[in-house]
Amino acid sequence: MAQIFHPSTNTISKVSLFAGVFLLAAFFSSLAAIYRSPYVTQAEVVREQPVQFSHKHHVGDDGIDCRYCHTSVEESAFAGIPPTKTCMNCHSQIWSDSPTLAPVRQSLDAGTPIAWNRVHNLPDFVYFDHSIHVNKGVGCVTCHGRVDRMPLTWQQQSLLMEWCLECHRQPERYVRPRAEVFNMDWQPPGDALALGRKLVREYEIQSPAVLTSCSTCHR
Amino acid sequence: MDDHPTKRDRARAASKGEIFDLPRVRARLGGLRGRQYWRCLEELADNPSFWRHAAREFPSSAPPDAFSRRDFLRLMGASLALAGLGACARRPAEKIVPYVRAPEEIVPGKPLFYATAMPLNGGAIGVLAESHMGRPTKIEGNPAHPSSLGATDIFAQASVLTLYDPDRSQTLSYRGHIRPWSAFVSELAPVLQEKRKKKGQGLRILSETVNSPTLAQQMGALLAAYPGARWHQYEPASRHNGRAGSLLAFGEYVDARYRFDQAQVVLALDADPLGADPGSVRYIRDFARRRRPHDEAAFIRLYAVECSPSNTGAAADHRLPLAPSQIELFARALASRLGVGGMEPQLPPPIERYRDWLEAVARDLKAHAGKSIVMAGERQPATVHALAHAINLALGNSGRTVIYTAPVEARPVDQIESLSALVGDMRAGNVDCLVMLGGNPVYNAPADLNFAEALSKVPLTIHLSLYHNETSYLCQWHIPEAHYLESWSDCRAEDGTVSIIQPLIAPLYGGKTAHEVVAALTGSPNRSSYEIVREYWRARFGAARFETLWERALHDGIVEGSALAPKPVRLVSGFKSRLSSPPPRQREAANPNPEALEIVFAPDPTIGDGRFANNGWLQELPKPLTKLTWENAALVSPATAERLGLKNDLLFSGRTVSVDLVEIAHQGRSVRAPVWIMPGHPDGAITVHLGYGRTRAGRVGTGNGFDAYRLRTTSSLWLGSGVEIGKTGQKHLLASTQTHFTMAGRDLVRAASFAAYRRDPHLALAHQAHEPKQDESLYPGFRYDGYAWGMAIDLSACVGCNACVVACQAENNIPVVGKEQVLRGREMHWLRVDRYYQGDPENPATSFQPVPCMHCENAPCEVVCPVAATAHSAEGLNDMVYNRCVGTRYCSNNCPYKVRRFNFLQYADWETPSLKPLRNPDVTVRSRGVMEKCTYCVQRINHAKIEAQKQGRKVRDGEIQTACQQACPAEAIVFGDINDPGSKVSSMKAEPRNYGILTELNTRPRTTYLARLTHPNPELQSGAKK
Repeated sequence: MAQIFHPSTNTISKVSLFAGVFLLAAFFSSLAAIYRSPYVTQAEVVREQPVQFSHKHHVGDDGIDCRYCHTSVEESAFAGIPPTKTCMNCHSQIWSDSPTLAPVRQSLDAGTPIAWNRVHNLPDFVYFDHSIHVNKGVGCVTCHGRVDRMPLTWQQQSLLMEWCLECHRQPERYVRPRAEVFNMDWQPPGDALALGRKLVREYEIQSPAVLTSCSTCHR
Repeated sequence: MDDHPTKRDRARAASKGEIFDLPRVRARLGGLRGRQYWRCLEELADNPSFWRHAAREFPSSAPPDAFSRRDFLRLMGASLALAGLGACARRPAEKIVPYVRAPEEIVPGKPLFYATAMPLNGGAIGVLAESHMGRPTKIEGNPAHPSSLGATDIFAQASVLTLYDPDRSQTLSYRGHIRPWSAFVSELAPVLQEKRKKKGQGLRILSETVNSPTLAQQMGALLAAYPGARWHQYEPASRHNGRAGSLLAFGEYVDARYRFDQAQVVLALDADPLGADPGSVRYIRDFARRRRPHDEAAFIRLYAVECSPSNTGAAADHRLPLAPSQIELFARALASRLGVGGMEPQLPPPIERYRDWLEAVARDLKAHAGKSIVMAGERQPATVHALAHAINLALGNSGRTVIYTAPVEARPVDQIESLSALVGDMRAGNVDCLVMLGGNPVYNAPADLNFAEALSKVPLTIHLSLYHNETSYLCQWHIPEAHYLESWSDCRAEDGTVSIIQPLIAPLYGGKTAHEVVAALTGSPNRSSYEIVREYWRARFGAARFETLWERALHDGIVEGSALAPKPVRLVSGFKSRLSSPPPRQREAANPNPEALEIVFAPDPTIGDGRFANNGWLQELPKPLTKLTWENAALVSPATAERLGLKNDLLFSGRTVSVDLVEIAHQGRSVRAPVWIMPGHPDGAITVHLGYGRTRAGRVGTGNGFDAYRLRTTSSLWLGSGVEIGKTGQKHLLASTQTHFTMAGRDLVRAASFAAYRRDPHLALAHQAHEPKQDESLYPGFRYDGYAWGMAIDLSACVGCNACVVACQAENNIPVVGKEQVLRGREMHWLRVDRYYQGDPENPATSFQPVPCMHCENAPCEVVCPVAATAHSAEGLNDMVYNRCVGTRYCSNNCPYKVRRFNFLQYADWETPSLKPLRNPDVTVRSRGVMEKCTYCVQRINHAKIEAQKQGRKVRDGEIQTACQQACPAEAIVFGDINDPGSKVSSMKAEPRNYGILTELNTRPRTTYLARLTHPNPELQSGAKK
């Protein structure tokens, strides 16, 4: 009986068996990559806003402290989005005729709030608290990036759970002195890890076991 | 499919008497030794089908119509594909909308609490309402308020749902057409002008019981402006007999407050101070504090003589079930033994059986003269109230344990007389304008008055109401009422303390308060209730200090020093002769035909007189003793049921009870009602609960249950006789959670007498169960270096009031599932209150046991979850992670305590706009296919921990209160850090009466119980209960 398969089939089947593993691996790793990509996480994607507000100008050029606008960041879970009135504290005096600021003036006149597009959007089953992070020495930059260099704001980090856990597992690598929390330029002097360990002790930051318990963030 | 009973099954069960067979139960009880708890009659009868049903966790989750393998695969494939596609989507973009001008006090993300008060049934409870950025989400008790002391009842907890109820009346209307307030005012103007000319002739106001000082003053002004007008009051569950009893005894209206904290012995004559009576939150607190074993002299003893089993009867050390008419005989016999002259010492025949009981109680009361309380329940006729007053005076209790004050309500009247007079005038054509401030008389007025028919004779009818209800439907003008959380007003609590009611939110639907409507009648239609209430208090406080005192009253939630002063009282002269000839209305109940069935009317334990009928939380709340949800039933004793040939059949799931539908006929009127066989109910009587059978309540309340008001008449307001019951041959399905999640006769509730416990705590509570050692586990243990949260529940304190269940529901966004789902055993309450009976079904001892998640150290649920959606936290919490849960339900199957709840369907309402602001923003709203359970209020734990850490300290003991703990009037639930030996929960767990349930499984539960202690009279111990 004649052979049905040509001898080269052997090679092809071996190669395809071997390649199949790689193909599968490639398939799943590309799925994982897509899941972590800005396409899904929306990291580093600039959001359009009703007013072309520039953190770069206000923080970087003017040096306004974060807390001037985000007033409740030290005491509440929510950092706070400034009311129109806060904008007009300055802009009733400077740039008071700028067309860019027309929506702001209109908001104050009409008493209708400005609806900003949310940049950092956590799922509803995650309960993040700004105040405790700020009080334990997590700098704004650590999560939000160099806001002072963002003309329009984007989300710097992926906000995936694995990213949260990086810090919750080893906070000593991310904390800084409380005094430097709002500092955009702070660099750890000398041995960063030694300083981190000291701060974790000093600030009585909870153990990774507590920090990685589900109910710390999910409830 | 095997648990669907076939017709043959049922027939066989019935023919064998398998379901419930009284003689067999008695025989079985006779053979038992020690305490044996049971939960329903089927269990007591050791009915085999009961155990078959009880053994299954989700018996009805098998679909009734099995579908084919192909259909199954097709559906599964489609679901998988859709789920996969769904997961690809990005989260939708959201908006952040800040303020234009930020209010001063609000910190975004942090709740604020405002003191206000909830008026109810002529009393009030002071509350702190939690507000999240302007929307009230949760009600807590106001610790400074004497009626609350920080606790609440089910009605206060559920009131926030009523506020957001989408079925509330949303517009003012005239004959069904929408009108603005201005149209009402302008159309009313000529009428009022004419009325002024005629000095108010024909103008009538009908209100519920008024306890608002401001409204009372306004009514005074209105009656001054229209001298011919008259003000009537009617509320179905008001203190009709209480008022009459006070007149009978003292010749004037007085209110009595009872000081359980000062008393040693209490006798409740059909009274329910630990349940349905007004002011019960305070009474429960005072009572429970006296049921702790620390101080022998302080342990209080409670006797209850009652007809319908109540929470008070369940808490009592001795309970005597008596048919309603016999309670007066009992009271008279007791009075003769306690120095109230003029009574026949001879015992009438029906009471003769209970001679020992009566004598023992009389001796005990006498021995504790000055430290005892005798209280009469509202249902008892005025004579019994008067006798109770006379006994308290004779024992020297007055001024010590019984405090008399001027009446709390602004103008006490005999409301039945008041309403009868109004109806008579309406019918005679003497009323041409009737203004109803709240209330729903078309539905709840006594049936013999036929209010609806009389209403049709009134040319102009105006009804102010929260809902467009039965009465609104028959009125021309309907004005939506503002909810108390939307109103400025004031009210007096049971001890007279005044609270200013302040709004948490502007009226959602432009509702008006009674103040504003009365102001409109007196010619100032545009005055706001804010101005009206302030003006009244400006005059009271004095202009000079007004702002200071007003601010303080708003902040504290009480007007300082406004409690009514104790008032000395004396029996009227000729008291005895008055007693022997009570007016006919009271006579009727006391003189029944001994052969006929007596009837008892009672407000429903969860929806009250019907005003809460559209509140899903209260509808689905299992009633304390029957554990029925969503409807009412007529209660009869097992022996009476046997005599009448009535049966309760437990159906396939053990959640569904098929009962007989009967025709109850009374005074020529009849209703069809399902019959519930109630252990502990006296024979020869039937209890019906008011508040159901609504026809225009809303989408939740319309059509549930039967309307007992149709049997209620002016002559038999609470009690009646000569009731006939006819079998219809039909069956009805009731949803009772009574047999849910049964624990199969294990040693779950433990109890001992206080005396035995004092002698030897360990012996008194000895039990046989094997307790494994801590290290008997294959799994490695956990270490808790920081906090270790735990809970202790004192069964001695718990009276089964259910406040914890509703508080949990409000705090944790727990959905309502409806009767059909409860029938399948799918109710979602994270915390349930189990009710156990012990002893003879004719008069069993009753115990309550609240069961939240146990947060086991060796949690059986954790190890079976394939996706680690339930995990152990570093502080010992058994965490539930909704976003990981894929709905295998293995955890629930493996949970021995049956505290896990599964979202079989999309129960949480994500669509209705008005329900969105109700939700607690700190707790996830779960979706379909997700398991959930008690979290120990982890949101509160996290808040407290974060606040403590920011201040660089540890969480203080008592700083975290779980929602159930905070609501509990009895302080039965204590939560805290069990790693801290000084914490309250640690000291409770160190008591000898501390025990865990099902510890033989080595689950090592974090929630433990303190055994119940009772304080029986040694003279009676061999006799009645316990």
